[in-house]
Amino acid sequence: MSSEMNSSSTSYEKPLSPHLGIYGWPLNMAMSILHRATGVALSIGLIALTWLLVAAASGPEKYDQFMEYATHPIGQLFLFGWTVALYFHLFSGVRHLVWDTGKLFNLRNAKIGGIAVLLATVIFTALTWWPKLEGWLS
Amino acid sequence: MKMKWEKTDKKSDMARATGLGSAGDGTHHWMAQRVSAIALVPLVFWALWSVVNLVGADHAAFTEWLSAPINAILMILFIVTTFYHAVLGNQVVIEDYVHCECLKIAKLIGQKLFFAALGVACAFSILQIAL
Repeated sequence: MSSEMNSSSTSYEKPLSPHLGIYGWPLNMAMSILHRATGVALSIGLIALTWLLVAAASGPEKYDQFMEYATHPIGQLFLFGWTVALYFHLFSGVRHLVWDTGKLFNLRNAKIGGIAVLLATVIFTALTWWPKLEGWLS
Repeated sequence: MKMKWEKTDKKSDMARATGLGSAGDGTHHWMAQRVSAIALVPLVFWALWSVVNLVGADHAAFTEWLSAPINAILMILFIVTTFYHAVLGNQVVIEDYVHCECLKIAKLIGQKLFFAALGVACAFSILQIAL
């Protein structure tokens, strides 16, 4: 028994997969990294959501202060980035959920799904911001 | 510091494997992440639509909106599920990219406490407004 264990823990050369540095940025790799990056970014963005709710509960003064930041062009840029990240993470997440069932899990469908996720992100972000955009333009 | 899974003379293969990754409770984590993700699909559509439309609303309008039971309930569901999902996601990222064992445990616990505190602050604020 013990000799068996020893033989299994002797060191041997394992095959090494290519390091990240030698890859280009194929779509599916970019999608995977973006899914994680947007996930982390969104979780940090939760601080702003907490700020909004706590400010609203604290009364009109704190709330107005928050809205001053939120409606400032920089605040609006953050909010826009938040919607893009959230839509991307949402649609990309659904793509992952489909894969979890074992369906569409091949290179061709992964690419088609990736493009669909990007398109859906653009379309839904545009739809969400369209009323605002119209307001600014008119 | 040697990593837990690294080979040393005195460690058995079992000692190197237990308590890490799928030797711990990976299946539960995996399931919880998916279930919370499915719950978040409709909630996120609702939250995105609501928040973007509410930007610029004054305090009275915002609190009136959040006082409606349907909005308060959905907001609390959104908050609880989102923070839970965020903790699970950040945990995976930390496990994958932080390799120093001591730092990793500190970050894993730290992020859990951090998001738990934010989540409770959100839920309390919603109830304070709605009730």
